[in-house]
Amino acid sequence: MCNTEMIREKINYLKREILTACYRTREGHVASSYSILDILYVMYSRILDNDLVKSKDEKRDRFVLSKGHAAVGYYAILKEFGYFDDPLEMMCAFHSRLGGHPDCNKVPGIEASTGSLGHGVPMAVGMAMGLKIQKNPAHVYVLAGDGEINEGSVWESLLIASHNALNNLTVIIDYNHSTDRAIDLNNLQDKLSAFSFNTVTINGHDHNEIEKSLLIRDQRPTAIICETIKGKGIAEMQNNPAWHHRMPTDEEYNRFLEELS
Amino acid sequence: MKMRQQFPLSVGQSLDDNEKVVVLLGDIGVWSFHKYKEKYPDRVYNIGILEQATISTAAGLAKTGMIPVVHTIAPFIAERAYEQLKLDFGYQNIGGNFISVGASYDYSGLGMTHYCPADVNVLSSIPNMQIILPGTAEEFDSLYRQGYDNDRPTYYRISEDSNSVSVDVAFGKANVIKKGSAATIIAVGSMLDKVMNAVQRLDVTLLYYTSVAPFDYDTLINNLTGNKIIIVEPYYSGAVAKAIMEYSEPINAFMYNIGIPKTDLTTYGSRDEIDSVLGLTQEAVSGRISNILDLH
Repeated sequence: MCNTEMIREKINYLKREILTACYRTREGHVASSYSILDILYVMYSRILDNDLVKSKDEKRDRFVLSKGHAAVGYYAILKEFGYFDDPLEMMCAFHSRLGGHPDCNKVPGIEASTGSLGHGVPMAVGMAMGLKIQKNPAHVYVLAGDGEINEGSVWESLLIASHNALNNLTVIIDYNHSTDRAIDLNNLQDKLSAFSFNTVTINGHDHNEIEKSLLIRDQRPTAIICETIKGKGIAEMQNNPAWHHRMPTDEEYNRFLEELS
Repeated sequence: MKMRQQFPLSVGQSLDDNEKVVVLLGDIGVWSFHKYKEKYPDRVYNIGILEQATISTAAGLAKTGMIPVVHTIAPFIAERAYEQLKLDFGYQNIGGNFISVGASYDYSGLGMTHYCPADVNVLSSIPNMQIILPGTAEEFDSLYRQGYDNDRPTYYRISEDSNSVSVDVAFGKANVIKKGSAATIIAVGSMLDKVMNAVQRLDVTLLYYTSVAPFDYDTLINNLTGNKIIIVEPYYSGAVAKAIMEYSEPINAFMYNIGIPKTDLTTYGSRDEIDSVLGLTQEAVSGRISNILDLH
C-alpha cells in the first residue's frame, strides 16, 4: 500500500471511530468533525511541534480548536497521536473528561476550552502576543468555522492580530459553507486580505495543499481559507444541514461504516 | 490622590517589578501610561475599543505565562465582555486583572450607557472571580500589590468617591472598624465614610469589606452583633446579602440592604444629585440606618 493509500485508510478509520462514538453516545457533531479531519491530521502528523511529552513545554507550538463543537474529531486525532487513551465511547458520560466541547483543564493536549463560538481565535491572538513578548519562537494555529466567524469577537481579534503584526499566528477557516444559508461570507479572501492577513485559499481535504499552506510564514499573520465539505466522506451527510447534530440510526450507522471502509 | 490617579502608578510599579505583567488599555487612560509605554513597548498596549476580543486576548496572554491587566470603563468589561470573563478566565481558571473606572455612576452626566451599578452582582456569578472594591487610592495600591499575581481572575473597581482615611486592608479580609452591641453594619468600599459618619455615636459593630469575593465569613461570624445586619453597598444592593446567604450555616439575623435600588438610572447631573434621588446622600444613609435601628 502506498503512503497516500495508507493515509486515506487512516482517515477513514478515524471517521469510523468518530461515527461509532457518536452512534453509541448519541452525542457529538459528526459532519463538523469530518469537515476538519484532514486539516487536523496534517497539523498533527506533519506540522505541529507538540506531543504528549511536549504538551506543557513553553516552546511547543500551539493549536486551538476554536470551533469546539467538532470535539469528537479533535479527540479522535489527539488519541491517534498519543495524548490519551480514553475510549471515545466515554464522550459526554457523567465522569468522563471528554465532554461535548473540549476542556483544557481535563484533556491533555488541549490548549483552550472552547465551545461558545468566537473565543478561540482571540485567545490564540493573545497566545501569539504572549509568545512574541517573551521572544518565544513557537507558532500558534487556530481553526475556526465559517459560521463561527459571524461572531464579532473574531473580527475584533483579527484587527488586534494584524495591527500587532502577529506573524507567529495562522488562522485557519473551515469554509464548509454551512453559514451560507444565514450570512454569505462571499469574498472571504478579500475580507481577510483587507484585514491585512496574508491570505490563501486551498482545498481543505488535500493534504499536500494543507501542509504547504500551514508552513507559510510572512511578515503578516496568515489566514488559510480551507474549502471543505461538511460531512466529507459520507454522501448522504455531505453539505446536508440536517446532519449538523444528528445521530445515525442502526441502518445508517452500518451503511456509513460500509461507505467509509 | 484619587484611585484613578493611583492606578497607573501601582500598575506601573508592577510592570517594573514583574516582567510578566502586560497592560491592555481600552483606549482610555492612555496618557497616564505613556511613560510606561515608552519604557515597555512590548508590555503596554492601547489595544483598542473591542472589549470581547480584549478579554479573550488577555486569557491567551495568561496562557503563555503573562499577567494581563485590562483597563476600561466598567460596563464594557463587566457586562459587554461578561461571557469572556465567565469562560476564558472563570471556567478555564486562569489569572488576570480587570481594573474598571466609572463605578456605578461616576460618569454622572453620561447616562445609563456609561453607568454600571450591576458590575459586582453580575461578576459575583462567576465562581472564582475575585471582586475588590478599594476605598482609597492607598487601599487600591495595597490590594493590587497583594493580589495582581495570585493566578485568579480579579476585578478591581475604581471609584471617584474615596473615603477620607485609609484602612490597613488585606486582600480577601474584612476589617473591624469598631465593636458595639446593637447591630452589625457592613460598609463596602467607598461607602465607609458615610457609614462611619452615620454610626459615629451608635453602639454598633462596623465591619469594612474591600473584598466582596472572596467573602470573609470569619470576620462576620466572629463579630456578629445583635440580630440585625445592615449592608451598605455602592452598587445595586444585594451582592453581600447573597454572599451571606451562601454561608454554610444559616446566620441568625435580619438583613437590611442600603445601596442602589435595581432601577434604570435615567437622571444625569452630579453624583451627589443622583445620590439624592437614590437615598444615598449622607443624610439619607444616616436616616435609613437610624430607622432600621428604631432610633427615632
